[in-house]
Amino acid sequence: MAMQPVPEHAGVLAGLPTGPRPLLHRLRPAWTTGNLSDRIYAVLLVGFGLSLPLLFAAIVYRVAAASWMSIREFGWGFITSTAWNPVVGDFGALPFIFGTVVSSLLALLIALPLAIGLAIFLTELAPRWLAAPIAFATELLAAIPSVVYGLWGIFVLVPWLRETIQRPLADRLGHTIPLFEGPVYGVSMLAGGVILSIMIIPFISSVTREVLSAVPREQREAALALGATRWEMTWQVALPYALPGIMGAAILGLGRALGETMAITMVIGNRPDISLSILQPAYTMASVLANEFAEASGDLYLSALMQIALILFGITIIVNTFARLLVWRVARGRRS
Amino acid sequence: MPRLLASLPVIGLAALLLPGCAEQQAAVPAAGETEALPAGAVMLTGAGATFPYPIYSRWFHTYARENPVRVNYQSIGSGGGIRQITEGTVDFGGSDAPMTDEDLERARHPLNLPTVLGAVVITYNLPGYSGTLNLDGPTLAEIFLGKITRWTDPRIARLNPDQPLPAQDLLVVHRSDGSGTTFVLSDYLARVSPEWKQRIGVGQALRWPTGLGSKGNEGVAGQLRLVPGSIGYVEQAFARQLKMPTAALWNRSGSFVAPSIEATTRAVEGIEERVGEDLDFRLSIVDSEREGAYPLASWTYLLVPRHFESCTRARALYDVISWAILDGDEHARALHYAPLPADVKQLVLRKWRESVSCGANREPMMREA
Repeated sequence: MAMQPVPEHAGVLAGLPTGPRPLLHRLRPAWTTGNLSDRIYAVLLVGFGLSLPLLFAAIVYRVAAASWMSIREFGWGFITSTAWNPVVGDFGALPFIFGTVVSSLLALLIALPLAIGLAIFLTELAPRWLAAPIAFATELLAAIPSVVYGLWGIFVLVPWLRETIQRPLADRLGHTIPLFEGPVYGVSMLAGGVILSIMIIPFISSVTREVLSAVPREQREAALALGATRWEMTWQVALPYALPGIMGAAILGLGRALGETMAITMVIGNRPDISLSILQPAYTMASVLANEFAEASGDLYLSALMQIALILFGITIIVNTFARLLVWRVARGRRS
Repeated sequence: MPRLLASLPVIGLAALLLPGCAEQQAAVPAAGETEALPAGAVMLTGAGATFPYPIYSRWFHTYARENPVRVNYQSIGSGGGIRQITEGTVDFGGSDAPMTDEDLERARHPLNLPTVLGAVVITYNLPGYSGTLNLDGPTLAEIFLGKITRWTDPRIARLNPDQPLPAQDLLVVHRSDGSGTTFVLSDYLARVSPEWKQRIGVGQALRWPTGLGSKGNEGVAGQLRLVPGSIGYVEQAFARQLKMPTAALWNRSGSFVAPSIEATTRAVEGIEERVGEDLDFRLSIVDSEREGAYPLASWTYLLVPRHFESCTRARALYDVISWAILDGDEHARALHYAPLPADVKQLVLRKWRESVSCGANREPMMREA
């Protein structure tokens, strides 16, 4: 079995030491000593390297500046308030934060088992003639524009979900479990979660596939030599070895789900309510921005929308930081 | 190549979903981007409301065939149109709702001039119901307030004695994006229902007490098609293209009026008394008292600065719009917009001629007028 080339990010995601020395340490020789072309090259590269952090800072600055009016007006109460009334100028972000977080977690909950199962099948079980087309088809899913997902969601997924999943759930369990309480509209938190899960499966599964194929062949062979079955080899050797990478993959998917706009706007129902039931409509931060920004009039209204953008920004940063820490801890725990 | 391939399904889907729109768009290349600019031609830019975009681009394109004027209108939304005219980055703006006094102050008082009329229609999905649905303002308000939840409600049945309505749950579908359509509907409901005025108010985006939000006319139409028993509102042109059923509304002169181009135009007949001496067109035309006027009518405004640096540009803009308003009725009707009545057209153009100055000496735009 030939080892597949491991992409650079797989190592980073897996928390493996890829050996980057500190930036300055690496660059100092090049731009102090060396010939002119090396120095120019080094300066150029520093420029490229800094361009993204600078861009990031510029975006944060602009968004924060634009939301200043709303921050001053509502303070921290903006995050806990459920009001959203453009007519009287009373704004709060809680229903949107709730919608974004819950729909993304729901998507992750659905996508994670499917994507990992798919990746295991493709790396451990499937013959090459079958694995290649399936992998290709999965990656093709990632290339579909999200508005197409949205249209498909409205016309195919939502009616199907409504009749085959939601109505039976609401009829049988809705009276006892608030999670499935009716009425059934079709468009709902559940529909949003399902469409997001379909959109993030390709990301999670292809990264998982990469990290699984990066598990050293010796590890697998050793497990099999000790008398492990294929199942045991996969679950007790390959998966634990790849765990940090898989967690990284999940976070990648979550990050995408948090920011997805078009498709979820079309199926989530756009109602700024906080409901326990996943059959009820909800609203996400990205959706309210896409919906209301173009026609927003009035400074406070615009500023409140910008503050929503700022909060969305903050949530993605928190999620990614948390993920990095998690990956780092798992990797460190294993080394010691 | 991958991008091309990926876009194929979109195009296919769009063509399937919106046959009317696809046709319309194909017939109207975006203004200003087609032919090379002839020498000495004037290039004007505008931005704003999406609602008049199809008719504006058709007018500008047709006009450009005979005249050395190119107008590039970008449909970025009414809010965007007001922002751009305030910052002076465009020659003119477009907005469905009139600018507020506060906005006007900040933007150095651009003119708000109506160009064309549209209507908002109430549309629904009632399988097995073939009659015309009749509604009046208070009932409509109760529906959108979430107080009527069954089609068999006596308040609806009272208005439709001829045919029994199906025993269906009633679901409200509304726009989730900020929209002039929502503005017109809420403006009307606030006039006919004190409760609506007090609880919900008037705006392009509202705090809806009930129903599902869908993005755009197409989103509302899609949702309506999927849920039997649903009711919503879209632009008249859109409903016509998709052949959606529309409700007739009770008019203040005492009859049910089905939406039509004529009934929409009728809503502004006799408006002269209301615009007054200073010709301020920033007034609502919903709930007209005229006989046969459709209650959910609206007009869309052109936002024109009071002063142009260049007299050539000022006159070119006046020429193209006055041509469109005076001679462009056929184009408007073809796209399901309602033209202004003849005397209102004259008022609009008079206001423009009298108010706009140009050049360094602030001379009147029209020397001989």
